[in-house]
Amino acid sequence: MINELKVIYHNGKQYIPDLRKVKLRAPFRGRPEISTANVDEQALVDCCPLGAITSHPVRIDLGKCAFCGECAFAFPEKIKFTQDYKLASNKRENLIINEGETHPIILDKATIRKEIKKTFSKSLKLRQVSAGGDNSCENELGACGNTNFDMGRFGLEFVASPRHADGLLITGPLTENMAEPLQICYDAIPSPKIIILAGVDAISGGIFADSPALNRSFLDNHHIDLYIPGNPTHPLTIINGLLDLTR
Amino acid sequence: MIELENISQIRNNQAIDLKQITSLSYLDFFDVTVQLLEQKDNHCLTYFAYPTDKGLQFMMAIAQDKNYTILLFSHFLATTENQVLKSLSETIFALSIFEREIYENYGVYFTNHPWLKPVRFAHNRANKKLQISDYPFYQIKSEELHEVGVGPIHAGIIEPGHFRFICNGENVLHLEIQLGWQHRGVEQLFLDQKTNLQRNLLAENIAGDTVIGHTTTFVQTMEVLADKHVTERIQIERALALELERIAIHTGDIGALCTDAAYHLGANVFTILRTAIINFTQRWCGNRFGKSLVRLGGTYFPFTPALKKELLDMLASFEKQFNEMAELTYHLPSIQNRFDFVGTITPKQARLMGTVGLAARMSTIERDIRVTHPDFAYQKFPYQTITAPNGDVYARFLLKKKEIAKSIAWIRNVIEKEPFETAETEKPTYALTLQPNKLAISINEAWRGEVCHCAITDAKGELKHYKIKDPSLHNWKALELSLRNVEISDFPINNKSYNLSYCGHDL
Repeated sequence: MINELKVIYHNGKQYIPDLRKVKLRAPFRGRPEISTANVDEQALVDCCPLGAITSHPVRIDLGKCAFCGECAFAFPEKIKFTQDYKLASNKRENLIINEGETHPIILDKATIRKEIKKTFSKSLKLRQVSAGGDNSCENELGACGNTNFDMGRFGLEFVASPRHADGLLITGPLTENMAEPLQICYDAIPSPKIIILAGVDAISGGIFADSPALNRSFLDNHHIDLYIPGNPTHPLTIINGLLDLTR
Repeated sequence: MIELENISQIRNNQAIDLKQITSLSYLDFFDVTVQLLEQKDNHCLTYFAYPTDKGLQFMMAIAQDKNYTILLFSHFLATTENQVLKSLSETIFALSIFEREIYENYGVYFTNHPWLKPVRFAHNRANKKLQISDYPFYQIKSEELHEVGVGPIHAGIIEPGHFRFICNGENVLHLEIQLGWQHRGVEQLFLDQKTNLQRNLLAENIAGDTVIGHTTTFVQTMEVLADKHVTERIQIERALALELERIAIHTGDIGALCTDAAYHLGANVFTILRTAIINFTQRWCGNRFGKSLVRLGGTYFPFTPALKKELLDMLASFEKQFNEMAELTYHLPSIQNRFDFVGTITPKQARLMGTVGLAARMSTIERDIRVTHPDFAYQKFPYQTITAPNGDVYARFLLKKKEIAKSIAWIRNVIEKEPFETAETEKPTYALTLQPNKLAISINEAWRGEVCHCAITDAKGELKHYKIKDPSLHNWKALELSLRNVEISDFPINNKSYNLSYCGHDL
């Protein structure tokens, strides 16, 4: 018993007191900022392996961005990644960063479905489904509940059964083979229910976007309530996104 | 009869002209394979087929653990010939999964195969009529028995796969694991993606828990094909990252095993300790899993003197806390009682299945690429492999702890002897010219076991075939066998003790 207490004492306080205000340090890559500097825009567009950058004006779509940082290394005067990890939004368009913009990414509160705040603000239980995820986003979702991030303090939790869930959180590019299980799982969740996409693979297909082994039709038929970018998405990005959606 | 001395051979991280690879008739191919794989110190790295204009080219790569070599030999099956071959799996069971893959992808039928059925229901499979829901499970007909089906979606935040148990009361008679749900068409994408940066990113996403393992193997394969030499420092930095990945995942696994044995103190503390390691990786390259660290030809993120100090400080505090917690955990009677003699694999079974990495070493088999086929980093700083005797859950649990200690010692030794004095480094180069008509192989000992990438170029120097083997491909069979004659409630601890990859298998 004494030895167990010693372990607890030696490990000290491990939980992060305020998950809204943590500062991450470089080289962590969060929300990018695009300066108005003049560069060879075609070369900039071409350097992105995922086609996340478009020109005239220069824009980065964080729904397609793997945060690999290649653009910032090739064009340091044009692109800078800040350490702002609050990247989630309920509107797909809000994930697109325009040239010269430095404001944070926000949720469009007006378009959040009314029942979300009413029903889930104190407690949100999610069923996670990996549909071709590479196990890094899955690991980060697991980390959200660990002693460091402890999202359970907000009533946020992942549950085993879709019957106990308030919504579906999808990772991975949505493989053909998972199309049916995904639909069955969604149908088993009682209403009202939400759908969240976590990670670049889920939002746009990421590096797998052109693969014939995918079936992303589920996304065409359902309303998405929250997009959480990243590759994988950081626990702070996930938790802040969920809090912004429900509170 | 073919003399084994005449079989073409290369070493890890080497390329060979396609013309120089020993080409055999199937009869000889069969005999040579059996002769080689019946020897204890040889095992199959990869066995695959790829289409050419006139038929299928079969390629076998066998690692020889005693003389650092990889034997390569091939067999050609023309389209005009009968697409039926005698199965090697009947004699060498470890090849079963490879024959199933060739059967699924190209429709070649292997006679006398123990059970020829699809592996992953790949999008480019030969028989599209067969759907993933048609998988033919093993069945035992008896009124005394019942079946338990779990998945593809599981009760936790993990990847999908289907487990079918046949139980007699609480006891499992048989477990069959069906995968394929995660299939993303990765190998084909390596050919379809035309820039090397895209391929580099693709390699990072093969298995997100083995980012360094797969990406390092990818860059080495491509650098060999392009005859591009990277600095010694870059090679050593990649190995440092590989060992950090091992420490992080092993620590997380130990925590997960504590969770399943209902030892919450251990579960919490080991999880916190894993955070310390992956947060260091984030300090190094901006990503907790090491994505964007390993790049073709170089890196944007050198291991700077500042990082060196930070890593040593972090490891010192990690080790202190880890040892204190491990001292309690590993001597706890309830843990020992839970893990001892559960899910045992004998050395004979392990060899038969061709297990690799931790799943081989837990059963006394000294199979470790860092020792048998070391790349530059492990030649300069040798690693001594360790094994465990019993092949049970406790052996896997114990080996993870011991490997963490070994990896920390290895990292400290490297840091002590390597200067890492500057923050300057070679930058990545994506414009590589691949040599035409070559085959290159790279293998690395990632935390689960050997990752093997094999690339083949055509006459124009374009990638013609890209073959990936994750260690899980061999090791899933070991999990199935571990469950025989244990209680179904022992499944979680067995599963976590292996922690195998679904996406690495499904590709």
